[in-house]
Amino acid sequence: MSVNLDVRLKRANKVYHEGEILAGVVVLISKEAVQHQGISLTMEGVVNLQLSSKSVGVFEAFYNSVKPIQLITSNIEVVKPGKVPSGKTEIPFEFPLQAKGNKVLYETYHGVFVNIQYTLRCDMKRSLLAKDLSKTCEFMIHCQPQKAKVLPSPLDFTIAPDTLQNVRERSSLPKFLIRGHLNTTNCVITQPLAGELVVESSAVAIKSIELQLVRVETCGCAEGYARDATEIQNIQIAEGDVCHGLPIPIYMVFPRLFTCPTLETTNFKVEFEVNVVIVLHDDHLITENFPLKLCRV
Amino acid sequence: MAAVLWHSRVRKYEAELNACRAESVAVDISDYHPLKPIMVTESKSRRNARRGSTSSTTSSSSSSSTAAADPLSSLLDGTDPLSLFAAASSDVPTLTHSASAGELGRRRRDREEEAVGLDFEPWAAKRVEILARFTTTEKLSINLFMGSDKGKASSPSSAVSEKVRTRLEELDDLEEGSQRELLNLSQQDYVNRIDELNQSLKEAWASDQKVKALKIVIQCSKLLSDTAVIQFYPSKFVLITDILDTFGRLVYERIWTMCSDPNPLPEGFSPDDVNDTAKETCLNWFFKIASIRELIPRLYVEAAILKCNRFLSRSGIQETLPRLTAMIRGIGDPLVAVYARAYLCRVGMVVAPHLKDCLNKNFFDLLATFRQIHGDSVQNQLGLQRVETPVYLTLYSPAIHWILQCVSYRAPEALLTEMMERCKNLGNNALLLNSVMWAFRAEFIATRTTDFIAMIKQCDEAGFPKHLLFGSLGRSLASADPAEAERLSILNDAWKVITKIRSPQDYISCAEIWVEFTCRHFTKREVNAVMADIIKHMTPDRAFEDAYPQLQSVIKKILTYFHDFSVLFSMERFLPFLDMFQKDSVRVEVCRSIMEVFIKHQQEPTRDPVILNALLHVCKTMHDSVNSLTLEDEKRSLAQLINGFIRLVSFGRDFEQQLSFCVEARATFCNLEPVIIQLIHTVNQLAMETRRVMKGNHSRKTAAFVRACAAYSFITIPSLTSIFSRLNLYLLSGQVALANQCLSQADAFLKAAVSVLPEVPRNISVEGKQRSSEGLLLDFINNFMATLLVVPDHPEQGVLYLVRGLLNMVQDYTWEENSNAKVKVYLSAIPLLAAMSQESYLYTIPKVDSNETLYGGDPKFMAEINKLCDTLIGQVLDHLQALGNGEVLRKQSTLAFSVFNALLAHGDLRNNKLNQLAVKLWNLSHKHGHCDTRASVRTLEHIKHLAQQPELSHLSETIPRLSLQSRA
Repeated sequence: MSVNLDVRLKRANKVYHEGEILAGVVVLISKEAVQHQGISLTMEGVVNLQLSSKSVGVFEAFYNSVKPIQLITSNIEVVKPGKVPSGKTEIPFEFPLQAKGNKVLYETYHGVFVNIQYTLRCDMKRSLLAKDLSKTCEFMIHCQPQKAKVLPSPLDFTIAPDTLQNVRERSSLPKFLIRGHLNTTNCVITQPLAGELVVESSAVAIKSIELQLVRVETCGCAEGYARDATEIQNIQIAEGDVCHGLPIPIYMVFPRLFTCPTLETTNFKVEFEVNVVIVLHDDHLITENFPLKLCRV
Repeated sequence: MAAVLWHSRVRKYEAELNACRAESVAVDISDYHPLKPIMVTESKSRRNARRGSTSSTTSSSSSSSTAAADPLSSLLDGTDPLSLFAAASSDVPTLTHSASAGELGRRRRDREEEAVGLDFEPWAAKRVEILARFTTTEKLSINLFMGSDKGKASSPSSAVSEKVRTRLEELDDLEEGSQRELLNLSQQDYVNRIDELNQSLKEAWASDQKVKALKIVIQCSKLLSDTAVIQFYPSKFVLITDILDTFGRLVYERIWTMCSDPNPLPEGFSPDDVNDTAKETCLNWFFKIASIRELIPRLYVEAAILKCNRFLSRSGIQETLPRLTAMIRGIGDPLVAVYARAYLCRVGMVVAPHLKDCLNKNFFDLLATFRQIHGDSVQNQLGLQRVETPVYLTLYSPAIHWILQCVSYRAPEALLTEMMERCKNLGNNALLLNSVMWAFRAEFIATRTTDFIAMIKQCDEAGFPKHLLFGSLGRSLASADPAEAERLSILNDAWKVITKIRSPQDYISCAEIWVEFTCRHFTKREVNAVMADIIKHMTPDRAFEDAYPQLQSVIKKILTYFHDFSVLFSMERFLPFLDMFQKDSVRVEVCRSIMEVFIKHQQEPTRDPVILNALLHVCKTMHDSVNSLTLEDEKRSLAQLINGFIRLVSFGRDFEQQLSFCVEARATFCNLEPVIIQLIHTVNQLAMETRRVMKGNHSRKTAAFVRACAAYSFITIPSLTSIFSRLNLYLLSGQVALANQCLSQADAFLKAAVSVLPEVPRNISVEGKQRSSEGLLLDFINNFMATLLVVPDHPEQGVLYLVRGLLNMVQDYTWEENSNAKVKVYLSAIPLLAAMSQESYLYTIPKVDSNETLYGGDPKFMAEINKLCDTLIGQVLDHLQALGNGEVLRKQSTLAFSVFNALLAHGDLRNNKLNQLAVKLWNLSHKHGHCDTRASVRTLEHIKHLAQQPELSHLSETIPRLSLQSRA
């Protein structure tokens, strides 16, 4: 006796906003009629915070994780105990997406130390002899578009030996000059990061130029706060000894789920930065950091 | 059995002919011909043909002139059904497939490719060329890391589970065996591997492992960033982009099927027609690809699925193409970059041929980064791989050709001019120049030839090989003509450079191209000079040995432009040029092509000694190539060519010279039997032609000549191995000799034929199969006997010497067992003998006295004939009796019936014995019920018909005695 339980949302992209109705159907497919003790749906939105082992001890990191913050929770019984007929049964449902109390529904975000996740779980309780069935499906929340207009903040930059910090031996550095600009550091999350970069000169051949997208997650807790920067993705924009004097495009699409509009709350912060990484043929690594502000319009 | 006393029936041929002839209808011969309507039908379209055929039967029509054309050739031009069919089928296959959604997608793509037009040389053509040209003997390696691809932003939800996940992934990878480095692959191994990858991509896709499919594609495109074994790079590009194309097609078709439920998308669908699920899937692909770490795979894979942008937005392709174009600037290695551009242009041309700007942008970017090619890092790499700069530069050609071809396709003149100017201004631009000449419209190049030559001259000698430049220029000039006034100076300028090329290979590949230009616009003088130059270059160190294909193509080009062989052979250098072909197979090949052209284009027979000498030489070369290992087909086709030549030789009225030509030819072509046969026919024809000219009255001189012809045939025929050719030619030559009043010669021929008869084997091989020769032999003997009627008896030999000789041979010949053949010969000898006993013969040869005149119906002669007939009939009856014993009653019946027929037709049935014999035979044939009743009935009717004639009235008495089987 096999029953197939599935939750299907109405929207193909599973993206919802606060205040909207989360609608869909529970689908049951079975060859025979199924006896059950009730089917219920649980919708939940949680922020999970985790302390990195770097900022606190290893054990604390493991056991002392910060209590999750519930943003929204709702539970309904879809079907009372009874029997579901054989074949395919579709049970529609709707949830209003309204945050608890004065909280806001943050945008879905999958990070390392901060995770904002919304799930919809369907449980089918059954008699002692049969296993309970459960099906979880994640849906995405996009936060409300920001009202204020995004002001473009173009940024020109120059990278040369003397603009660098944290250099151990400045004398061993080869000569180079790289100019470039970012179209804006106030980025709209749906638009790619764009700009240009020109290798004006370089005494040593360039091996690779990369864009490193970095998240900076800050968790506040009793002992203070922990701030950690980790890489989201690394995109190569130049390979090999590129033509000097010719602008190379800077272009990066912000990955879904792994990025969200820059977020700052009382308990945690999620911010983003981009590093322009230049690898020279003698394996010199030159990095220039640019903080970004992501928003949704 | 007692001898039947034979009496031949007296025949009055004239009267019989008149009686038999149907009422004659006066038809103008020129007007009516049974074949004519057919010819008209074939040469015109069907509707016209019907009209044509009716008109030609009803009244005289003017269409006779069209009908005069060779029906075969008129059939072939224009409305050749095969080519029509081929043309039709080229767009049929897409329709014959089931119209599944995937197919629909494919059909769409076909349609869009058509939008580009047929004059655009498709990638598929280039593909093969590149694969063949860029090869290597060095070891290659494939490095695939299918494993944890860190760039793929697959960061999991927690740090702990990440470890678990990686471990699991590693396990997976081990199972797939996907992290591997394959070293030391030969080129073929490499190609096979890539093929396997292509296959596993399709399999992964089919089994719904989309991620694995994507991984394969990414890893493959990563191989394109590797320029180790750089000579192989273009081929590698071809192989890997095949995979990318496959991938692009798979993704597109999948998304297409997702939206085709319930109805397939319309042809020019807009993003609004696409449902959300499909859009989401499509978007997912783009996000996934956007997060590929390395630049080159990201670029290639996104280009591969460029077309999928159509599902998302109207302007998607338009926005993506320039972005990808700009992205290529990030590729440092110029070779990798230029091929990436080529791929982008290729995809662009297929998906959005109207977006020209992007193509141009690609080209301008290429120009901007052009200096990279001569940069340090490239030079270092070349040093490492020990590749020379000219070789390296040629690696660029396919890509740049392709880009320029895309750019220049249907581009306005102004743009082309601008492009050219830009190329001109760059330093060391030979590579670009080459591609410009290769890819731009030939007309464009042709009008600026002088400029180009000047530019080529300025190019750096150390860089791009100059012969390639001139080769490309020549290629353009071969299809478009420069201004008339410039032509000579162009040729002079070009040849000045070409002649200085030192390497014979380079020289010939360039010269080969320019020969076409020379042939097209100049006279034999220039072509001769060119050939002299080629000979000069190719002779030292036997360089020609490595250049046969090119030399052959030179000959072919010359032959296409010079059809007049007197001009051709008056070029002093033509034959010395031919002498360069020293490898037998090539030599024969060349001779063959010369002969083919000659036979095709020589309209009238020739006697030009120059042509004859040269062609005889050519044919002799072909002939001499024949040895015991030569295939039958090969021999046949060679013989056909030589025969074609012999037929085109005519010395007009100078018959003697023609004969001596034949003598010479016989000596030259002694190994090819069909040629010998042709020569005999030619000589026979010559004899008949002489007779025609003399109107049948030979002078002493012509008589001697005709006898010489006969002698020629007589001594030539025995050299043939095919027995039937020999027999038939003896007969034919005998007839010719007879027609020319050479009695003793004719006698000799016929005697020879008879003496050859016993040699006829019972089985001969026809097209490799053993067949009984009986049928052929009977045919021949019948034919032979028909001739014997008019051959006068030799005064020194006995009466009917030849007939007796023939019959003796027949008697002694070992016929097949259980065969009626011998009796059949006897039976057919009866009509001959009967015809011989007539007062005036059915046919005679002018100026030759047949036996009718010689003997003048002498009773002794008649008695001799009758005796012979008696013997024959006796033999036949013996045979009939022998048949009665066995199980061969049917045979007996048939044979008896044919004997009866012979008696009826040729015997005098007033004679009682003969009459009785006839009746007996009739009854015998009906005795066992094996007789064909219908034939019997018809025979009876015929007899009744005959009996109405006064001289045959005696037959009416016989009729009642002939009973039909059914009534018995």
